[in-house]
Amino acid sequence: MKHKYLKDVSTLELSTDKCIGCGKCKEVCPHAVIEIENRKAQIIDKNACMECGACMNNCPVNAISVHAGVGCVSAVIRGWLTNSEPSCDCSGGSDCC
Amino acid sequence: MSEKGCCSPAPNKPRTVKVKNSSAPEKQCCCCSVAEPITKYDLADHWITGELETEKGKVPVVSTRLSFKDKFGAFKVRFNIGRMKYQINPGLYAVGNPDSHSPVMVSANYKLTFDSLRKELDGLNCWIMILDTKGINVWCAAGKGTFGTAEIINRIEKTKLSEIVSHKKLILPQLGAPGVSAHEITKQTGFTVAYGPVRACDIKAFLQADYKATDEMRKVKFTMRDRLVLTPVEFITAAKTVLFILGIIFVVNLFAARPFVAADLLTFAAAMVTGTIITPVLLPFIPGKAFALKGWLLGLIVTACMVWLNGWFAVNGVLLAIGYLLVLPSYSAFLAMNFTGSSTYTSFSGVLKEMKISIPPIIISIVVGCIVLLVKAFMR
Repeated sequence: MKHKYLKDVSTLELSTDKCIGCGKCKEVCPHAVIEIENRKAQIIDKNACMECGACMNNCPVNAISVHAGVGCVSAVIRGWLTNSEPSCDCSGGSDCC
Repeated sequence: MSEKGCCSPAPNKPRTVKVKNSSAPEKQCCCCSVAEPITKYDLADHWITGELETEKGKVPVVSTRLSFKDKFGAFKVRFNIGRMKYQINPGLYAVGNPDSHSPVMVSANYKLTFDSLRKELDGLNCWIMILDTKGINVWCAAGKGTFGTAEIINRIEKTKLSEIVSHKKLILPQLGAPGVSAHEITKQTGFTVAYGPVRACDIKAFLQADYKATDEMRKVKFTMRDRLVLTPVEFITAAKTVLFILGIIFVVNLFAARPFVAADLLTFAAAMVTGTIITPVLLPFIPGKAFALKGWLLGLIVTACMVWLNGWFAVNGVLLAIGYLLVLPSYSAFLAMNFTGSSTYTSFSGVLKEMKISIPPIIISIVVGCIVLLVKAFMR
């Protein structure tokens, strides 16, 4: 059964002018949001986007923008409480050496 | 940060490494006499079966079978025992008998992640380059940037990878992609990045298909089993706050005309199980899209059943019925909403919208419900 979350919330945007059709975005998307048609990327299922930012970070020509963040309630609450960017503080600080 | 440590030989091509998202630069642990090992390891660890001599030093060889100890370790972290300390050392590991042409896979230093990778590599000869993700799995670490471009570049240097393998190809798990800019890694190290499948069990098929993942391998699923294994951590996290609530109930009971009894606690426990276990497991089958709504609906049904079983719909119990029907479905809703953090498909913007809409009514209904319950407790 396919999971569906809230509609019309994703901040994903694609500039077709900049797109060179390399297909990296389609490759890294975990929810098949993007398809390559006529050698250009197309957003075909925006409501499935979870704003992970993989497409944006792997686009070599910066044609994609999305407000990437963790979709996690406790992260958002922590962000509100500490007045900072939401982050899931799931790691304790540990020394490297 | 310049990657030239005091003791490392000057790299062939001098390059500067841009460090984004990195935690504090690693302490320089070496001094000029002894070269640092590629990977710090302990041969006594049961999952290390031997060591492999490379030109740059020894690398541990790991088993592709999970022992009872590995499985018990996985069980413990699923129940939130020592979950944040279940780590292995970053560095380079060998599977089978790899040589300079063998593929290199990149993964996180959460042992649960490492175990689920190595058990799929039986019969292969390959390298595993483990990043320092502070013991966090690939996807979460990618979201935070610890599984990221800077750490990959740093780890390539530290493990002297380009001198151990002759090719220039890394295989990354696809779910690491949110933290990584593949073209940036190529630009700075010469290594190209192939994104492998989402699930480790598809790796052999991916390798056989000449580093091509099918569309199916690229999609994230979230099956009932996937959801079920995540629920114990949800339940245990919620249970910790319950101790606080029990403390308040104990104090109230000292003075109450109608103290809280086992029936009350059971009703409460049912709502907690509904929010942390039943809602996540039944997730796609419950109407609605927002997690809070799903949790509230199930919480309402379960609480209504409990109230009915306890006979509180009768005239003398009606305050209890009203109180619990205000408090508990909202509590289930909040717990269910927390599961967005474990889910594989909720977006940041979506979660924010859901919270802005649902948190005010959740708080109001819990506060009003608590007042009603306290009135009942102290009413003579």
